[in-house]
Amino acid sequence: MNEHITEIVIFTALFLLVSGMGFVAARWRRADDLASLNEWGLGGRNFGSWITWFLVGGDLYTAYTFVAVPALLFGAGATGFFAVPYTVITYPLVMLVLIRLWSVSHVHGLVTPADFVRVRFGSPTLALLVAITGIVATMPYIALQLIGIEAVLKTMGVTGDLPLIIAFAILAAYTYQSGLRAPALIAFVKDILIYVVILVAVIYIPARLGGFGSIFDAAEAKFAGTPAPGDGILLNANNQLQYVTLALGSAMALFLYPHSVTGVLASRSRGVIKRNMSALPAYSLLLGLIALLGYMAIAAGITPIGTDVNTVVPQLFDRMFPDWFTGVAFAAIGIGALVPAAIMSIAAANLFTRNIYKEYIRRDATDAQEARVSKLTSLVVKVGAVLCILLIDPQFSIDLQLIGGVIILQTLPSVALGLFTRWFHRVGLIAGWTAGMTAGMVLLYNISNPANDHAHFGGSAFPLSKLGLDTPMTIYAGFLALIVNLVVAALVTVAARRLGSSEGVDGTRPRDYTADAGDPEVKDDLEPAGST
Amino acid sequence: MTDPRSPRSDRSRWNWVLLPAVVVPLIPALFNHEDPRLFGVPLFYWLQLAFLVISVSATLIVYRVTRR
Repeated sequence: MNEHITEIVIFTALFLLVSGMGFVAARWRRADDLASLNEWGLGGRNFGSWITWFLVGGDLYTAYTFVAVPALLFGAGATGFFAVPYTVITYPLVMLVLIRLWSVSHVHGLVTPADFVRVRFGSPTLALLVAITGIVATMPYIALQLIGIEAVLKTMGVTGDLPLIIAFAILAAYTYQSGLRAPALIAFVKDILIYVVILVAVIYIPARLGGFGSIFDAAEAKFAGTPAPGDGILLNANNQLQYVTLALGSAMALFLYPHSVTGVLASRSRGVIKRNMSALPAYSLLLGLIALLGYMAIAAGITPIGTDVNTVVPQLFDRMFPDWFTGVAFAAIGIGALVPAAIMSIAAANLFTRNIYKEYIRRDATDAQEARVSKLTSLVVKVGAVLCILLIDPQFSIDLQLIGGVIILQTLPSVALGLFTRWFHRVGLIAGWTAGMTAGMVLLYNISNPANDHAHFGGSAFPLSKLGLDTPMTIYAGFLALIVNLVVAALVTVAARRLGSSEGVDGTRPRDYTADAGDPEVKDDLEPAGST
Repeated sequence: MTDPRSPRSDRSRWNWVLLPAVVVPLIPALFNHEDPRLFGVPLFYWLQLAFLVISVSATLIVYRVTRR
């Protein structure tokens, strides 16, 4: 008999409980008709502060984050802590951007970031590029959520692909049924479980390991004993620039991801967003504490299962907690994977429906047809994610996710800067995107990592010496690519103006960017434009 | 046709409050030290978490002041 039986029973029970909630969610907050993207894809666009907090929190701080960030600290030390400054600066950084995006989206009934680009720059091509970037960046992210579940299953001794497939089939079914309402409702349970588990963990585990002092001492001793020059419990002169640019680049990229935008657009008013910008950092505190679990694993003498460093946190729980609480902790991680995976697949499906299907395949699609295509696409997306994990080396998904962060950043000039200025020419933005994408790929291709035997795509830290600079410093590849993007976009914009190239029609007015709930152009219960 | 509503704007001097919340956590010279430790936790870790206070206060101030 499996020694993990208590854990498995509790894990399964909690998992089934939230799955039930996912199906019931369709009836939550009285949707008369789920047959439109405003309802299925954005939950009626009427979420208040609390729901938005749980939803966006559940969306941004994923199971993968909770497993991978401590794994980073476990492996490399201080550099992995970039996740904290990253999630600390992102809210003050994006606050003024997001409220403008909310306003213009509500006035014009926009659902995706690419929708905005379409209206603002009058360029279906640019919108298509933004949509494809979003889908490509999101897909591996969904696959990574499975890695979080997989790490837990592995630790419980559950092997084989079937449990993973069942978990995702259930997820796919209730997302199809309930849309964004399902993750919004489940996020409550997920976050309460995570908060309880982490608070217990950061009090109970250090107490058993002799306090934080000895935990950090153990980590310091471990890194001193390894030959790698970049690790340690502090940064060194060579990786500080990488640390800072990675934090800043990731902070700028976070709200360019389609699933973050989905969470923001589902909120009721600008005030809800502003208030959440000061409430969401509560999760960053949690993330900082979770990160330290990596050092606790070092002090507890945990070694990864095989080469899968993502198993250190589940193993730490397994070693430290009584069986029943380990089951709760594992359920928290497993359910933590379901919420973001659902939102991400909805966001990717919306991009496909709005910016590819409606734009290129069926221009006169009704709201009901849009919703149906989105629901079906969300299924396809999840099947794709499962196949990714089962058929391809998971390392490939991790590489893709790394690339995803770099490429999503290339939509910043069109989406984020586009909210403030129409100065860039659409041709310039397309050229900048192309240049930034190319630069990003070339840079990532040239990053090797001897630690995991990667000759290419070995990480995001690009050595400046490869540019001919006489320094051992490294910088975040996405940051360099964004600079290339901006420079090219500006140069081509100037050139296109000189040549008198057509600007395209701007479908927005200045006051659209400051509209708020209650204004005549912002409908409270968004009547789907057009039909029904 | 004139707009009957007074023009609304997101511009406010108070928005500058957000700037230090973004810049301070990106200066490694401030936090890349081991001492002083707090409950055994090196400065690098507890100070970066403490920067959350700046972030929360800045966004809270801007929300309160720019509320209509």
